[in-house]
Amino acid sequence: MSVQNQKLDMLSLLKESGLAALIAAALALPLAGFKTFDVNGTLTAETRFNWVLVAAVVVFFGRMAISIGQKTFFPSMGQAAGGAAGSIGDVINQNRTLLLCLLLAAVIIFPFTPMANRHSLDLAVYVLIYVMLGWGLNIVVGLAGLLDLGYVAFYAVGAYSYALLATTYDLSFWICLPLAGIFAASFGIILGFPVLRLRGDYLAIVTLGFGEIIRVVLLNWYEFTGGPDGISSIPKPTFFGLAEFSRSGSDGLPPFHELFGIEYSSLHKFMFFYFLILALALVTNLFTLRIRKLPVGRAWEALREDETACRSLGINPTNTKLSAFAIGAMFAGFAGSFFATRQGFISPESFTFIESAIILAIVVLGGMGSQVGVVLASIVLVLGPEIFRELAEYRMLAFGGLMVLVMVWKPKGLMSKRNPTVLMHNDTNAKQGAAK
Amino acid sequence: MSDQSHEVSGVPLLEVEHLTMRFGGLVAIGDLSFTAMREQITALIGPNGAGKTTVFNCLTGFYKPTEGRLTLHHPVKQEQYYLEQMDGFRIPQVAGVARTFQNIRLFGNMTVLENLLVAQHNKLMVESGFSVFGLLGLKKYRKAEAEAIELAKYWLDRVGLYDKADWNSSNLPYGDQRRLEIARAMCTRPQALCLDEPAAGLNPKETLEMNELFHFIKEEEKIGLLLIEHDMSMVMEVSDHVVVIDYGRKISDGTPDHVKNDPAVIRAYLGEEEDEELPPEVAQDFEGENA
Repeated sequence: MSVQNQKLDMLSLLKESGLAALIAAALALPLAGFKTFDVNGTLTAETRFNWVLVAAVVVFFGRMAISIGQKTFFPSMGQAAGGAAGSIGDVINQNRTLLLCLLLAAVIIFPFTPMANRHSLDLAVYVLIYVMLGWGLNIVVGLAGLLDLGYVAFYAVGAYSYALLATTYDLSFWICLPLAGIFAASFGIILGFPVLRLRGDYLAIVTLGFGEIIRVVLLNWYEFTGGPDGISSIPKPTFFGLAEFSRSGSDGLPPFHELFGIEYSSLHKFMFFYFLILALALVTNLFTLRIRKLPVGRAWEALREDETACRSLGINPTNTKLSAFAIGAMFAGFAGSFFATRQGFISPESFTFIESAIILAIVVLGGMGSQVGVVLASIVLVLGPEIFRELAEYRMLAFGGLMVLVMVWKPKGLMSKRNPTVLMHNDTNAKQGAAK
Repeated sequence: MSDQSHEVSGVPLLEVEHLTMRFGGLVAIGDLSFTAMREQITALIGPNGAGKTTVFNCLTGFYKPTEGRLTLHHPVKQEQYYLEQMDGFRIPQVAGVARTFQNIRLFGNMTVLENLLVAQHNKLMVESGFSVFGLLGLKKYRKAEAEAIELAKYWLDRVGLYDKADWNSSNLPYGDQRRLEIARAMCTRPQALCLDEPAAGLNPKETLEMNELFHFIKEEEKIGLLLIEHDMSMVMEVSDHVVVIDYGRKISDGTPDHVKNDPAVIRAYLGEEEDEELPPEVAQDFEGENA
């Protein structure tokens, strides 16, 4: 079926679900929206609008899921869904945009649901940091094919840039964030220049060494970095310089809840962190999706495929690799400064080799170059150890076993299908070769 | 060998002068000189291991020659480029020398169309403002990309791969891959195209189509082609000029007809006639053994 048809489908689907959600909200408002109780003999009501919201959201997604299910598994009932009734993978591919939109909506709504508490928000932030790092490293490893085992070094550079700038010069988070990115990118270029003529294994070894050098320098340069003591009381970000997250404001800034005239909640700060890292991660993702379709992105992928052929087509391999390295490092720098402000305390302990290994595992497990794969792999790799916490000392065993299983089941990673950056023909018939 | 009839005339495009390439003690190419003309097909032939691919690697910057001068006379820019002094990637970018490889080197996991767009990287890079305009989605870049796709479409039509434009290039049949590699090289808008055994592994029909493609490139694009080939019928059919090398040295140079009848070439390919030059004592040994 053509793209236009699919769009129409989506539109009608959204309409249908929206209508269902509206009805659900109307029903839920009197049913669940108010709670009445007795205060000294008089009847008072308390509003519970978040319950209404939850009901509407659940119905919206539920309706959508039912429609998709019907169309995919019983194509004869609706329009034909292209070919035979497919596997789960086909279902995901056919409704890709829709599913991603749903996922995004769910992620945005999550902090407002009753599920959100300090613990779950913290965990979500933790996962999102790795998603962002995974997306950043994906540029270097997945697209440009440069095996970087020292990615955490750039993360550390970003974190220390923010921590030092904020504690020494009192610069705000919003000024330090781009600076941290620039610092990390410069480190990427400094490292990249001598190293990028190496290929494959050799590059991996040198980047591994670089990662360790940064950590050892941070550990031993006591006067500058505080050595093993780290840097503490790193300032929290303000609400875009308008308000800050505390019960009573200071430094002339009003507290967040007063600015918006809502009740104070200690959750606000965590919700803000959540949205901040979500935004940063999405920027990374959009940037990558966009740059993949630009000449430089195609050149990265071409370099991964065959460097010799690239040279014979007049592509400067050094510059191209360097740009991938620097951009990947820049996103690690952003993530690092977020990490520093969230933790409020950083030390070289946070930037050991195992971090690089986890980020690399996320990229490889997710499927090199796949953006969705990174999300899935981050959830598996970051939440996995949390879920297996009950198993105590067998935790890493279970975790390792899980990884082995994934690699046996999907040797090319969870999402290994590559999407072409540009198409000549838009109809599906001509894509047989691409689909193989 | 110096009679005028077999000399090839034309406008020089690529001049190779005293090219020598040594790997340690091994002389892969020794003092090789020849000139490839514009709008002509120059074939480089010789037995296996004669150093043909080494010549290509020197021309396209993969090797730095030990000695010698490689001059490209750029007909459009009216400039001379000394290829032996240039960085490998600048030779196709600035001097306009493109090449294909003996063992096909496509970007296997990318589609056919993407392969051709990567070949237009440098032009698109400038048009996309080194990605800045492209990231912002400006019209200027979108227009440049549309033009790039048009050029890709033109060459895909030429090599008959338009219908397969969205295929992964590694899924193409062998013959299609060969032709795609040539289309990709042509998308860099070269002045000289070096083809390393383009007909290897092709069936006779595909070889014929390949000949037609070479004629088309020569006549329509008005560029010079350099060709390494073992298929002699193809060489004799398409080329205007043949250079024969053996053990890194030139043994013959001229029109196909001249080369075909050159005793030095026959000796290199078929060996010496036995009865002539054997010293008497060796000849005696032979007779002794036979007896």
